[in-house]
Order: sequence, then structure tokens, then C-alpha cells
Amino acid sequence: MSTTVVPTKPWKASKKDRLVDLSIFLASLLSSYVIVAVTPMKGKLALFAAFFFLYMGLTASLKGIQRGSAAAKDALVNSVVAIGAIVTVMPIASILFTVLQKGLPGIKLNIFTNDMSMATPTDPLTNGGLLHAITGTLTLVAIALVLSVPIGILTALYLTEIKGRLMGPIRFLVQAMSGVPSIVAGLFILSAILYPITKSYSGFMGALALTILMIPTIARTSEEVLNLIPNDLREAGVALGGTQWRTVAMIVLPAAKSGLITAVILGVARIAGETAPILLLTGGGDKVNPNAFSGPMGSLPYYIWKSFNAGSPEALTRAWAGLLVLVGLVLILFTSARYLGSRKGAK
Amino acid sequence: MTTLVPPTPRELTTEPRRSDKIFRAVVTAGGISSLAILGLIAIFLGYRGFEVLRQEGIGFITNSEWSISTDDAGNVVESQFGLAAMLVGTILCALVAVVIALPISVFSALFLNFYAPGWLKKFLVAIIDMMAAFPSILFGIWGFLVLMPSVEYWAKLLHRYLGWIPVFDMQVPVFTRSPFVAGVVLAIMIIPIITSVSREVFSQAPLDRIQAAYALGATRWAMIKAVVIPHGRSGVIGGAMLGLGRAMGETVAVFTVLNIVFQINWHVLLGAGGNVASLIILKFGDASPYEIKALMAAGLVLFLLTLVVNAIANVIVKRTGKSGR
Repeated sequence: MSTTVVPTKPWKASKKDRLVDLSIFLASLLSSYVIVAVTPMKGKLALFAAFFFLYMGLTASLKGIQRGSAAAKDALVNSVVAIGAIVTVMPIASILFTVLQKGLPGIKLNIFTNDMSMATPTDPLTNGGLLHAITGTLTLVAIALVLSVPIGILTALYLTEIKGRLMGPIRFLVQAMSGVPSIVAGLFILSAILYPITKSYSGFMGALALTILMIPTIARTSEEVLNLIPNDLREAGVALGGTQWRTVAMIVLPAAKSGLITAVILGVARIAGETAPILLLTGGGDKVNPNAFSGPMGSLPYYIWKSFNAGSPEALTRAWAGLLVLVGLVLILFTSARYLGSRKGAK
Repeated sequence: MTTLVPPTPRELTTEPRRSDKIFRAVVTAGGISSLAILGLIAIFLGYRGFEVLRQEGIGFITNSEWSISTDDAGNVVESQFGLAAMLVGTILCALVAVVIALPISVFSALFLNFYAPGWLKKFLVAIIDMMAAFPSILFGIWGFLVLMPSVEYWAKLLHRYLGWIPVFDMQVPVFTRSPFVAGVVLAIMIIPIITSVSREVFSQAPLDRIQAAYALGATRWAMIKAVVIPHGRSGVIGGAMLGLGRAMGETVAVFTVLNIVFQINWHVLLGAGGNVASLIILKFGDASPYEIKALMAAGLVLFLLTLVVNAIANVIVKRTGKSGR
């Protein structure tokens, strides 16, 4: 007869430990309700604080009695760290909830087929829509993509493949560039191109500012992706007689394809909701404008901004509906970026 | 019999082929273009704002008056442009944001790295990264309509119980649209940035030392205090400065919640503040050509300010990454 050794896990919480944890949780919840009811401290904040401090104190003192002061401190930090994570997530939950709650009433079929040329933001919701904003945003993003993807990826290639003398300064400046305030990018286009050359608002000007904001995101993410490509591949390419150009174009870039797509999508997510340069440069028209080079061009952020400032309940609903569409767009982009990114990791 | 012509030996050379030369030139040009863009931004904003900068001199950043009067023909009669109040306000809001965001982000980064189970960590990291991509107008409108009532209440509590601290003091009880409110909104915007930088830095803490600490019987907190925090301290400071840079350059979110007043105000709870970026949006709509030049100069100041903060932050973050190995 052979006896199998059953592995034991002495560090795992036993049933009794869990029961104690649960009862402490319930006790502090209960007594915090009592505190809020009895003392003059009122409101959600008081409830939250009372519960948190009670729970923290109770667990810490219990651990302190059981195992001494080091364990008490550990338990204290456990609670503090958990509260940090909760406070981080709470605004996101609140934002998503509010956008859904206030935006959904404004999502009607007609807003996807009409523009605002025959309506004002304060009109009832059955009038007008945000077709012009959606087409405008798509146009802006498309132009920005065409301009920024080559520059961004070339910059990343310079940093990973050529590694020239300017590598240090360029890497440093690309990082600094990702911190350039969006309004400064807008002012730059205004001062360098709009005032001296074109002298009129257009979608193209907005797209140029977005390009400036998009380049660093694409360049930095692509650089990380290209750095992950094993050097063996490059050496194999060169050993087979390929020039550097053939090696990069036919081996490195295809190998990094999904990562590069992720970089581009992250760049789009970064600029899709950018508002400040749009306010300065596009002029914000109310009509669907297919020509990015002349005439004002509407976009989702501008539409939201205009409706929000109009102030009436209908206009606010419009703004929230616009925000919902924008957030939906960002979410879709972001999820697809993560999906592509994780698939590359799994391979 | 045909004579065999010996094949001419191929030329062996280390000279790059023409295709490679073109390739390297194109890629280098692409790399340099980002360098050029940054330079052009500084040059053009400086060039446009030069006239105003020369006329105002050092007063441009020490005065806080912003006024311009024109006669009927549109000629500038008198003008005074000073950014002092806006600069103070920018720094104040950004500092409030960092002071609030830093502890929260560090705690949540610790939670993500050392406490959360795997599935929760994955989920939270995805959510926090996503939050960093949310448009700023969303934070602005949400902050104005949803968050502001709560923050005003917190401000009142702070004023009542901590009013003896000079920054929380105020003469007139106006709590709406204060730098504090703007700071809280900015804090929520920069928490994801500081969290992800801190998380990265903490995860580089040397595993052997972590395990050594556990082997010596350290609790989780003792391990963090002995290994992770000394290793990650300067990286976290760098992350906080990246957040500071982002908070200083933020435009729309601040403009929605902040009441802009051209007066230097250090009382964070008082409903009067300033912000360079918001000033540009505020004045841009009906600005005369001369005032636009002043706005360009303001943009230049903002650009240089954020550039310096970001550069310092990046240097600090990079140095930590190296020292860990």
C-alpha cells in the first residue's frame, strides 16, 4: 500500500479565518451605519470614511493581537493599498455610468442620418444630428493617420534599425514631444500655416495639429514593438544576402505588423477626442463637409463643446449623446488594440 | 576547343548598396522630422509673439493684468499683457492635482503589482490604460456636472476644519469653480499616467531581493518598504512630474471647471483661478490680431514650461530603470 502525500497549504486562509474576516467586514459596515445615524456626521463621505477607518483599525488590531506589530502594520497597509485601487477605479465607473445614463436618451436613429445645418443645439432631439461630426472626425483622423504613420514609424525605425548619432537626442525629444500640450500644437499650426498661408479655417489645419500629437504615441509604441523583434531575424536576413532595406522591409516590418497596427490604433485613440486644437483650427461647421481643404469642418469634440455651451436640457442631452459616441469609438479602438497586442504576445 | 573565360571576380565591398543608402536617408529624414517639428514650434511661437514679448519685457510673466483697448478703427490704443496670475494658477492647479494623485497612484500601483490576483490585475490594468485614452472634454463635462457638487462639499469641510492652514483660508466663501475643483479633475486625469509609470518601475524591483526579504520572514509591507520603495522612489517622482507636465498643459477640462480671474490667488478653495492654456481658449474667440500675438507668446511660455518639466521627468525615470539592474 502506497500512501500519497496530500499537499498542504498552510499559508492559505482557513474557513475560520474567512469567517473572522467576513464578520469584521460586516461589523464595521454595521457600526459605520450606526455612526452616521447617531452622530452629526452625515452623507456618503462620512459613511465611507467611517467604514474604512473602522475596518482598517479592526483588522489591524486583530492581526496585532494574533501576530504582533509587524503583522498589524501589514494589515494596515493592505487596507490602504486596496483603497488606493478602489479610488482609482471609482471615477472610471462613474464616468462610464454617467455617459451611458445621460447619453442613451439622446441616441436616436435620426442623429446618425442628419447634420445640424437645419437645426440649433437647443432644438428638440428629433431635429438635426451628428452626422457631420462623425464624418468630420473620421476625415480628420484619416488625414492625421496618413501624415503621422510614416513619420512615426520612420522615427521608430531610425531608433531601432539605424541607431545613428542622433539616436539619443531624437529619443529624448520624441518623449518630450508626447508632453506637448495640445493647445500649443494648435497655436503652432495657427501661427505657422493658418495665418501666413491659408488664412482660413479648415479640417486640414486641425488634422495637422492632430498629426503633431499623434507622432510621439506612434513612434514610442512602435519603437517598443520593434525592439521586441529578435535580432536573430535581422541577422538571418543579412546572412541570406539581403541588404538592410530588404531585411527591414521583408522581415522586420512583417514580423512586427500586428504590434505596429496596435501602435497606430493607440495613436488614433489618443487624438480622436482631442478638443483644444480643433476649437482653434477647424472652424466647426454644422454641415457635412467632404472637403477637408476648404470651409469649416465639424467634428465630435466640437459638436460636444458647442452643445455643452448652449446649456439647455436638449443641448446637454446632445452633448452627452456625442460623448457616448466618442467614448464608444475610443473603447472600440482601444479594445481592438489590446486584442491585436495580446495575440502577438501569444504567438 | 573553346577557351574558358575566367569569370571576373565580383567586387567585394563594405560600401552600402544604393538601395540601402536611400533607405537610410529616408529613415533618418523621418527621424529628424520629429526633431524639426519641436524646433519649429518654438521658433514660430517665438517669432509671432516676439513683438509682445519685447514690449512687455519681463512684465509678461510678472504682471497679472490682461487688457487691451482699441479705438473704433480697430487700432490698439493701450494694451497690457501679463501672465503672472495665469502662471500661478497653472502651477497651483497642477500641484493640487499631483498632491492628490500621487499617493492614490502609488497605492494602486502597489496593489496591482503585489496584492491583486492575476485576473484582477489584468482587468484593472486594461481599465486604467483605457482611462488614460479618454478625451479630456469628457473629464471636463463630467467634472463640471457630476463631480463638482461633491468636491465643493469636500472643500467646505476642508475650509471648516483646516481653515487655519493658510492655503485653505479664504475671506469670501465662494467655493464654486475653484482651483481645488480643477485640481481634483486634473488628479483624476493624471492618476492613470502616474499609476502606469509607478507600476512599471515597481515591477523592475529585483526579484532576488524580494524573495530574500520574504525568506528572512518579512511581511508583505516590510518587503515593500525594504526593497520596492527604495528601488522605485525616484521613478515614482519622475512619474509624478510627467503627471505634472500633463496637468499644466491641460486645456479643455480646466476651462470647463475653472473660473478664470486675472488676479494672483494662492487660496486653493476660493473660486478664482487661472490657467495659461484656458486663457488661450478664453481669449481666442474675439481676439484682435495684436492680442493673438500675445496669446502666441503665452503659448510659448506654456510650451517651454511643460518641455522643461517633461524633460526632467524623463531623465529621472530613465535613470531609475538603469540603476535597478
